[in-house]
Amino acid sequence: MATTSQASKAPADPYLKIGKDRLLDIHRLMVRARILEEQLIKMSKSGEGFFWIGGPGEEAFNVPLGLQVLKGSGVSHDYLHLHYRSSALLLAMGAPMIDFIRQMRAAATDPYSHGRNFVNHVNVPEWNVVPMCPTIEVQYSMAIGTAIAQARAGGRGVTIVNGGDAGSAEGDFHTCLVWSNRPVLPLPVLMVVVNNGFGISTPASGQHGEKHIADWTKAFDMPGKTIDGNDPVASYFAISEALDYCRSQRRPYLIEALTSRLYGHSSSSGANRISGEADCIALFEEQLMKRGLAAQEAVDAVWQAARAECQDAYQKSKSEPQPRPEDIWPGMFSSGLPDSYPTKGGS
Amino acid sequence: MATMAQAIRLALHYGEENLGVKEIFGEDVGPPLGGVFTVTQGLKTAWNSPLDERGIIGAAIGLAWAGSRPVAEVQFSDYIFNAIDLLKLAANSTWSSAGRFRTPLVVMTPVGAGIHGSIYHSHSFDSVATKLHGMKVVCPSNPLDAYGLMLAAIKDDDPVLYLKPKALLRVRGEKLIPGEPKDSRALDEMINAPITNRENWKPRWPAVEDYTVPLGRARIAREGADATIVTHGRMVPIALEAAQAVAQSAGSQVEVVDLRSLVPYDWDCLKSSARKTGRVLFLNEETEITNFGEHLLRRTVDELFYELKVRPRLLAAKAVPGIGLSPVLENATVPQKSDVERALHELLSEAA
Ligand SMILES: Cc1ncc(C[n+]2csc(CCOP(=O)(O)OP(=O)(O)O)c2C)c(N)n1
Ligand SMILES: [Mg+2]
Repeated sequence: MATTSQASKAPADPYLKIGKDRLLDIHRLMVRARILEEQLIKMSKSGEGFFWIGGPGEEAFNVPLGLQVLKGSGVSHDYLHLHYRSSALLLAMGAPMIDFIRQMRAAATDPYSHGRNFVNHVNVPEWNVVPMCPTIEVQYSMAIGTAIAQARAGGRGVTIVNGGDAGSAEGDFHTCLVWSNRPVLPLPVLMVVVNNGFGISTPASGQHGEKHIADWTKAFDMPGKTIDGNDPVASYFAISEALDYCRSQRRPYLIEALTSRLYGHSSSSGANRISGEADCIALFEEQLMKRGLAAQEAVDAVWQAARAECQDAYQKSKSEPQPRPEDIWPGMFSSGLPDSYPTKGGS
Repeated sequence: MATMAQAIRLALHYGEENLGVKEIFGEDVGPPLGGVFTVTQGLKTAWNSPLDERGIIGAAIGLAWAGSRPVAEVQFSDYIFNAIDLLKLAANSTWSSAGRFRTPLVVMTPVGAGIHGSIYHSHSFDSVATKLHGMKVVCPSNPLDAYGLMLAAIKDDDPVLYLKPKALLRVRGEKLIPGEPKDSRALDEMINAPITNRENWKPRWPAVEDYTVPLGRARIAREGADATIVTHGRMVPIALEAAQAVAQSAGSQVEVVDLRSLVPYDWDCLKSSARKTGRVLFLNEETEITNFGEHLLRRTVDELFYELKVRPRLLAAKAVPGIGLSPVLENATVPQKSDVERALHELLSEAA
């Protein structure tokens, strides 16, 4: 293991600042997320699910973010308003693989939506992970609400909202900027834009004249940074700085993370591995091995363990039931359906 | 007697003091104005938001998820359409999260014609509102119900869209709100902000009490055995006047059912009145194509066809893109008292 004595001479290696155990945790979580997503993709291709969308290629940013969440429920903990590429973040918080697989199957056992919503549309009340919605960017409009509650409450809890580059063209993104920077009540919000350069098939380069999405912060004189989201260590420190700022200053911060999109947009676009996109896990493993922090065998073992874990979850989920027709009704109203509510669907 | 605007204000005050309401917000909702119809004047938790309807609804959802019981306003329902997907989200989140999240919020918004508001201050919102499944929708026709429905909306664990018939907001009620001073001038002095020099003004709140109109419960606004009008909001007083006129001219007694809640609606009340009279008119000021009243009419036909004496009717607004400014145009678009009378005469005179 590298010693810390070198740190006093040269600028400290950021890897050493994180520490070996944490780095290996990050690596393991990244691999688990990748394996999970590849399993979900496979299921979408083999007819064991209908549609896949997810986050392979965003692990290097999402794992460090998930690890730094102040996890819990209520305004003194962080609220998370996430989008559909957040599996790595959720695994880092402790979500089990099997629940994603259940949602992929639209199984009755899918705890997030009981077979109603697409895969990777999660909510976890105990961790303030609010319901995810397939409508692009609406989470930025709802984020201001949890953040207002946190601004009033004080403390360290902040609101974290993430989304994509193309979505930042929606008004909700502007809503979040404006409401977070109101002079009467600035909001503790970490705005994250994961910039993979595309909205489905449309390159950002043709639609976005702003040099960096993070430049929107300039109008508000708020801090913003564009970072390499394929580098987990750079991401870790950028997130740490941003969260510290939001927690202590009770003000907004914007991170634009540049990442790959390793399997294209979704199953609609084939969900095949895209060549030429940097693979954050391969890059990270190179760095770990170069520094002697991990050996090839250890790395292989991590992949094997993740595969085994995922296989177990997959096998277990296989025999779980689909929802029943009458399961369309629960949850319409908190106190149940009134007796006279129309339920026939016509005459 | 309180006006409807004062009644809602009193309800929100009660909500602040007793029901955990901590955020009442929207465009011009806070001081100095207290809302374009003065509904939020003097309230201690009322604040001005940016001019951003999507932000207003989004903030309300987030606040609800963070344990607040927010009351948000969209200044006119004419401007609510750009937030429709967020309202849909408020409505469907309990369901789509498999019951794991609840979204207890109230969104109030003025609706309907009657103040010469022209194309963008006269919209009805009933039909779209009632398509946001998972959302409860209420619309009062008088100050006491306005008070009781607001308390019910605040207490409810589901999102509630509270439609304020703008033409009735300044109309005084006939019944006292529990705890309201008997003298309406005294009430005005206590809770209406002065026109000028408001900076240091503070309301003196009367000790209003808990009074809830349960969601989903209609009210028989007038009893009668010969025909039924099923209506809500601004059309209730018009229906009552028309019923009175018909009683005088033809001696027929028309029952008026004030729905108060559109979702869920009080089918049992509607059904028993329709059975009693056998003649039913559905009345509202929404346009006639894909009208909420059409749903009620269809269900009436399905379930009560053989108990009706004559075919049920719908009287609604003409299906044009907007309501014109000229009173001639407005009156030709939205049902007027004379239209209701005519419809009643037809309904009553058709042979069974
Ligand atoms: C409001 C809305 N418009 C369109 C869509 C269809 N859609 C789904 S994902 C997507 C592209 C989003 O791109 P970006 O925000 O960059 O996120 P990414 O998928 O690249 O992570 C579109 C257009 C949608 N879901 N919601
Ligand atoms: Mg993108």
